[in-house]
Amino acid sequence: MTRLSIDPVTRLNGQLRVDVDVTAGAVSDAWSAGTMFRGLENVIHGRDPREVWLLASRICGTCSSVHALASVRAVERALNVRIPTNARILRNLLASTQLVRDHVLTFYQAQLPDWVDASASLRADPVATATLGRSMADWPSSTADSLRAVQARLAPVLESDQPGPFSSPWSGHPGFALSPEQSLLLLAHALEALDWQRDVMRIHALLGGKDPHPQTYLVGGMALAPPWGGPAPSQQRGHPDVPDRNAPHPLSDAGLTMLDDLIGRAGAFVNRVFLPDMRLLVAAYPDWTQIGGGSGNYLSWGDLAETDEREPPLYLPAGRLVNGNLASIKAADQDGVGESVAHAWYAEDRGPAALRAPVDGITDAAFDAVLPLGALDTEGRYSWVKAPRYDGEPMETGPLARVLVAYAQGRDAITSPLGALLTATGLGAEAMPSVLGRLMARAVEAAAIAKRADSWVWELRTNLATGDVAVVDLSTWDPGSWPDEADGWSTGEGPRGAVAHWVSIRDKAIDHYQVVDGSTWNLSPRDTFGRRGPIEDALLRTPVADPTRPLEVLRVVHSFNPCPACAVHAFDPRGAGPFDIRIHATEASR
Amino acid sequence: MGEDGLYAALVARGMSRRTFLQFSSAMAAALAMPLAYGPRIAAAVEAAPRIPVIWLRGQACGGNSEALLRVGNPTTANLLLQVLAVDYDESLMGAAGADAELVRTSAMERYPNGYLAVIEGAVPKAAGGAMCLIGGRPFADVAREVCDGAIATIALGSCAFDGGAPGANGGTTEAEGIRSVSGNSPVIALPGCPANAENLAALIVHYATFKELPPTDLAGRPLFGYGELIHNKCERRPHFEFGEFALSWGDEGAQKGWCLYKLGCKGPETMGNCPTARYGGGVSWNIRAGHGCIGCFMPNFWDGYAPAYRRLGSPVPFMPTLTVDQVGLLAVGGIAGVAVAHGTGMASRSKYRARKARRAVQLAAAADGTPAGSVAAAEGDTAAGDVALAVGIPLAIPDDADTRETSGEG
Repeated sequence: MTRLSIDPVTRLNGQLRVDVDVTAGAVSDAWSAGTMFRGLENVIHGRDPREVWLLASRICGTCSSVHALASVRAVERALNVRIPTNARILRNLLASTQLVRDHVLTFYQAQLPDWVDASASLRADPVATATLGRSMADWPSSTADSLRAVQARLAPVLESDQPGPFSSPWSGHPGFALSPEQSLLLLAHALEALDWQRDVMRIHALLGGKDPHPQTYLVGGMALAPPWGGPAPSQQRGHPDVPDRNAPHPLSDAGLTMLDDLIGRAGAFVNRVFLPDMRLLVAAYPDWTQIGGGSGNYLSWGDLAETDEREPPLYLPAGRLVNGNLASIKAADQDGVGESVAHAWYAEDRGPAALRAPVDGITDAAFDAVLPLGALDTEGRYSWVKAPRYDGEPMETGPLARVLVAYAQGRDAITSPLGALLTATGLGAEAMPSVLGRLMARAVEAAAIAKRADSWVWELRTNLATGDVAVVDLSTWDPGSWPDEADGWSTGEGPRGAVAHWVSIRDKAIDHYQVVDGSTWNLSPRDTFGRRGPIEDALLRTPVADPTRPLEVLRVVHSFNPCPACAVHAFDPRGAGPFDIRIHATEASR
Repeated sequence: MGEDGLYAALVARGMSRRTFLQFSSAMAAALAMPLAYGPRIAAAVEAAPRIPVIWLRGQACGGNSEALLRVGNPTTANLLLQVLAVDYDESLMGAAGADAELVRTSAMERYPNGYLAVIEGAVPKAAGGAMCLIGGRPFADVAREVCDGAIATIALGSCAFDGGAPGANGGTTEAEGIRSVSGNSPVIALPGCPANAENLAALIVHYATFKELPPTDLAGRPLFGYGELIHNKCERRPHFEFGEFALSWGDEGAQKGWCLYKLGCKGPETMGNCPTARYGGGVSWNIRAGHGCIGCFMPNFWDGYAPAYRRLGSPVPFMPTLTVDQVGLLAVGGIAGVAVAHGTGMASRSKYRARKARRAVQLAAAADGTPAGSVAAAEGDTAAGDVALAVGIPLAIPDDADTRETSGEG
């Protein structure tokens, strides 16, 4: 048996270490350790509930605005406020843009280097690559000239003795199975995705005024007001498809046309580049639809409200699946969540078996390892990530969980693109709980969301045309209207998984704030009963051809696209105010 | 003009000579230089070799790595492939684990003339640095080593600047800015939450062009991006002058694009080029979109400019009965007068002074080598220091060789 430690795990947001035991060419045990802690909930304590979304947003700059939205929703539930139709659609547009863009960029930037040996692309024949590209989809850049130019751009970097971005770990590893032409095509698309995503995120700049961290949310709605008198019909026809500083007001007719155009471009890339590339990858790596499935527990809070009701139907449905049983969909309720710190660097006065509900979670940092961190104390504490459990069970969250929950409910928006992808690759739904299943789920979900976002623009335009220009409900804006005590929560979905915020308001200020992010679930360490977290579970039995180059381990970890920055949070004890953090470092460096 | 130079890189992507000159002029504008500098930028960029970069991430949300992905001119791909030689960046690099560590340590050795260190995220000091570990070692130690060999350190975003969100009031990780460990490496700061990608691009192009860092204010922020009040260039400013304010969210004033001052906008006290640089390739920026500024380009903004929705104090404290409407109508003294008045107003509010003292010490350390007067201001007379920062008048732009002269080595 060999113990491998990968630290830092790169190509993700935040600091992560993964240790695995390799026995007879396969992973026999695994540990996931978040190695960064910020404690933003402590900073949130005592602030004005109407503005904590600004700080909550800074939990993650990659899935930016996901936590801002979760925060305003939690406060809105506490204060019992319902947002207007325009605000709901605008929020959906921001959230769906983030999901689509993040799924594409995750694949091309974070995951692809594990599957494409970038240096092979330099040996590709551009003419043959262009032919391959055209056989997969009609896409304008599939020409020999443009592919030759890509080779010329990549060559100096890939031939350097220190290749940086766009390179692969362990070039020449036997696990790489793509031809030079396939490699070149995917890398060309990765470069294109960088330009594409900047265009797509103009939607956030347009609707949010800033990107990352859009800044137009309000408790009660949005700060983005339609032009006075509602959107006037545009003076000139045609698409303003080159945004610049003469960009129209986002909620004018011309602005809505621009939105429509940007979303159309987002969808085109997903359908004509991302999905075809996914088919190529699945065909080249059939084994990886059998590897890394994990425990089969999936949780989705659901998101993207379709109506203005208090508990609206959701485009991405909520639900829970247990032990891989797709026939039995269970309810997902925030009451079911409890967190264990048995193996995380926090103290717990209720004993190691405690599962604390988020509403009364505590944080008492208890770092007890020796610095620099050597071997993980796998019997004791080894991570800054806590271990959330639903009814005591670890849960995988994220695109795969959402797609399977939607599939189990027969939701056509998901089953139809999923069915098409599975048919094209000759697979059944049983292939989904796997490493490539997680990648496929991103492509399927991106296609489904891009399609719906397009019609939300139309709904927004229609609603504004009726003369409804309300963007915010200010009935509870004045703190004087608040009850002495108000508690709320929000559940939603970010690119990386199920996001929930819990808030308690006392004396007009935040008394308690708690976040359990999708990556908290996925990166969780063991709980008090020794049950592994989802990534630890998924790593089991993963083949490792060469322990000095554990490419396969990276494939499993990156399939979750975990975000340690999101995962690590602090709790503050109800009513105790900002508290002292007790440090039990056995050796401090300074 | 070198084969692997920036100009060659831009041409390789199909940029014409004409477009290239336009780009150079645009960069001159972004850097707040006379347009006559365009040709000089063009000439320098043509000959510029790739700039080696080590990009480190501490206690960060990743928002500033995202800003890098938003750079449009030159594009992110061009920056990564041709303008910069990004050997180490955890969010982008292929290598992982010990191999990644090796990439970093060998990069630190392989560039005899040094490299740029780009730091994103705060440095937590609690628990011996255990709250941010890279390869098992405290981020503080890793960053200290990397900055030590750097020609210059770019503190990208508010966390690397002064601790940002984790370092705000209530934080328990003792998060500090990169200056607490960067030693003698000259630090240039692009605070912001996150920093604006346009300013990052302009800074890099400036460095590629002139082989030195642009002039900064006392806090180390480049004057091209942080040299003017947002209020002065704000497109809603005329409404301020005419006393036209949005009074509640979504009201007639909000729909007509009136001034957001009364809804808590911090633009009147925040130094930044958001109104001109904007976001998303110029499509919009915060105030244009409808929400007030939160002051994120400023030191300690999470506490100093909270609450976000409380209107700033009277901009003319020595005339406490004067209302903002009157100021708006009476501001015939011109922009400069109002700017100075706003700055004074900020200094007059002592509420957050104690909290700021810690930052001031940090800034004093950073301004090592500045004339004694400004250090004293940072240590003792916080109010005076704040005026300097708020108004952006560089009390003293340090001319110390260690701090300024980075030319000739790149």
